[in-house]
Amino acid sequence: MLMKLLSGDAPRSRVLTVILMAILFCLAFAPFLFPGVRSVDTAARICVFILLVASYDLILGYGGIVSFAHTMFFGMGAYGVALACTHMERGFGALIVGASGGAILAALIAFLIGLFSLRVRAIFFAMITLAVASAVAVLVSQLSGLTGGEDGLTYKIPRELTPAFRFGKETFGGEILGVKTNGRLLAYYVVFTGALVLFLLLLRIVNSPFGRVLQAIRENDFRAEAVGYRVISYRTAATCISAAVAALAGALYAIWLRYVGPDTALSFEIMVDILLMVVIGGMGTMYGAVIGATLFVVAQNYLQGLMGAASSAVEGVPILPDLLSADRWLLWLGLLFILSVYFFPTGVVGRLRDGK
Amino acid sequence: MSRVILQTHDLTVRFGGHVAVDHVSCGFKTGELTAIVGPNGAGKTTYFNLISGQIPSSEGRVDLNGRDITRMSVSQRCDMGIGRAFQLTNLFPNLSVLENVRLVIQAKAKMGFNLFSMADSHAEITDRAVAVLDKVKLYDLCEEPVSVLSHGNQRKLEVAMLIALEPLVYMFDEPTAGMSVDEAPVVLDLIAELKAEKDRTILLVEHKMDVIRTLADRIIVLHNGALAADGDPAEVMASDVVQEAYMGKELDNV
Repeated sequence: MLMKLLSGDAPRSRVLTVILMAILFCLAFAPFLFPGVRSVDTAARICVFILLVASYDLILGYGGIVSFAHTMFFGMGAYGVALACTHMERGFGALIVGASGGAILAALIAFLIGLFSLRVRAIFFAMITLAVASAVAVLVSQLSGLTGGEDGLTYKIPRELTPAFRFGKETFGGEILGVKTNGRLLAYYVVFTGALVLFLLLLRIVNSPFGRVLQAIRENDFRAEAVGYRVISYRTAATCISAAVAALAGALYAIWLRYVGPDTALSFEIMVDILLMVVIGGMGTMYGAVIGATLFVVAQNYLQGLMGAASSAVEGVPILPDLLSADRWLLWLGLLFILSVYFFPTGVVGRLRDGK
Repeated sequence: MSRVILQTHDLTVRFGGHVAVDHVSCGFKTGELTAIVGPNGAGKTTYFNLISGQIPSSEGRVDLNGRDITRMSVSQRCDMGIGRAFQLTNLFPNLSVLENVRLVIQAKAKMGFNLFSMADSHAEITDRAVAVLDKVKLYDLCEEPVSVLSHGNQRKLEVAMLIALEPLVYMFDEPTAGMSVDEAPVVLDLIAELKAEKDRTILLVEHKMDVIRTLADRIIVLHNGALAADGDPAEVMASDVVQEAYMGKELDNV
């Protein structure tokens, strides 16, 4: 049963299994284990980014396709939900329309980009995605009447998913383990469940006959064509699936944040983050997305605070406080990244699997 | 029984001013094993590439089973029944030996777009792959990634993948190149076995004369891209064309 859920793709390393179980456990019970607005927010962000990075791993790690438009697809889902919630009646209908609309649009755009550019060399596809993603980012910030421009959009999601909605007053006094049972808790579980189900779906896809063909194409596209696979169709299909899942991740993010703007859903910085997460975690493993996203989002949220504390602790020592100042967190992250690529070229997951 | 299944008409390709394959018209019959010989650079592999579609032809036509396949892509030709083993080993290096063969059978079963089942749950495909690997004596290495295999074993896998495909036309491009004396017979026996089934069309590029002598029903000689001789093995091998081509002499007076 469990292996079926994981599509027969076990972590294949004891340490990795333990780490993954710990992450799953923490995320599943995050609102109870780490009560507090900021920590639950971090957990939700981790869920969204695991899904986003996993969808990127499908094309980069399994398909060997480099794309710079992944944030754009993410943004399409996020803006889809935002626009549907702004223009439609408040309710779950708007969320469904927004999310599916965003996913379909993302798949369609991915199809068009793929059809025109995957035929040629892979590097051409990377450049086209970069151009299209930049164009869309500019378009979104210019069309302020529709998208709110640089300010973004705030909108109302169904009342059942907001903090104002309380439930279970009679049955368990409105609290479980000291955590208020409100709509925010429900919203968290929508994000968590959505991310988990879609992640398992991706895991199934990479272990399906289709996933094997993708890996074959990554290994040797010339031979894949010669044994009868139409390489361009497979690459395009993978890009479409990846784009649609990225859009759904964006939709979950929009449901959680109740706000979208260029900085949260479209910026090129997110694209760089995704690349870092996938490389740190380990390409072509899916589980790498879990490790990469968790490490990265936690570092992003807590490294600054930790460094601030360290900086004040070594006050008086020359140079050290400056190096440890909270503003320098990106410097350390960069250093960590270089070291991890140098020492674990196959990512954390690859390293753990080799050293079992 | 023996009708022409594959036919090239004036098949030509030019690279700049160089004519690599020069108006080659040749038919291949079912049940026949044709050896293609010629000195290095004669255009044997290029002729193969034109038939299987890796290189588009500049002129001429390729017919398979009476259908013009000249404009078809490599994967379409493969679907139609052109199968090819490559001269330079050309596998999926980081996938397992079993997976390499499985992928071929899966392609033939048109399962590539099956997204939601587990690849390993299709027992009929795995069983078939195992059977083929057993034939080439690679079963013990099933789970190993191809990149750790010896050269000889990689060559065997190359042949196994072609056998797994069960095409109408088998194209072997120097299947035993670089193999040790003990390893080559496994591959040659397999080709002999295929030939014994009578209904296969086999094209074989080979340099070793003893191999050709035992296996070939017919020999065609390519020289400077053109068809220089075609016929019964004993006859062709005795002819001046082959003698001179293999001595590396000029064929100006032929």
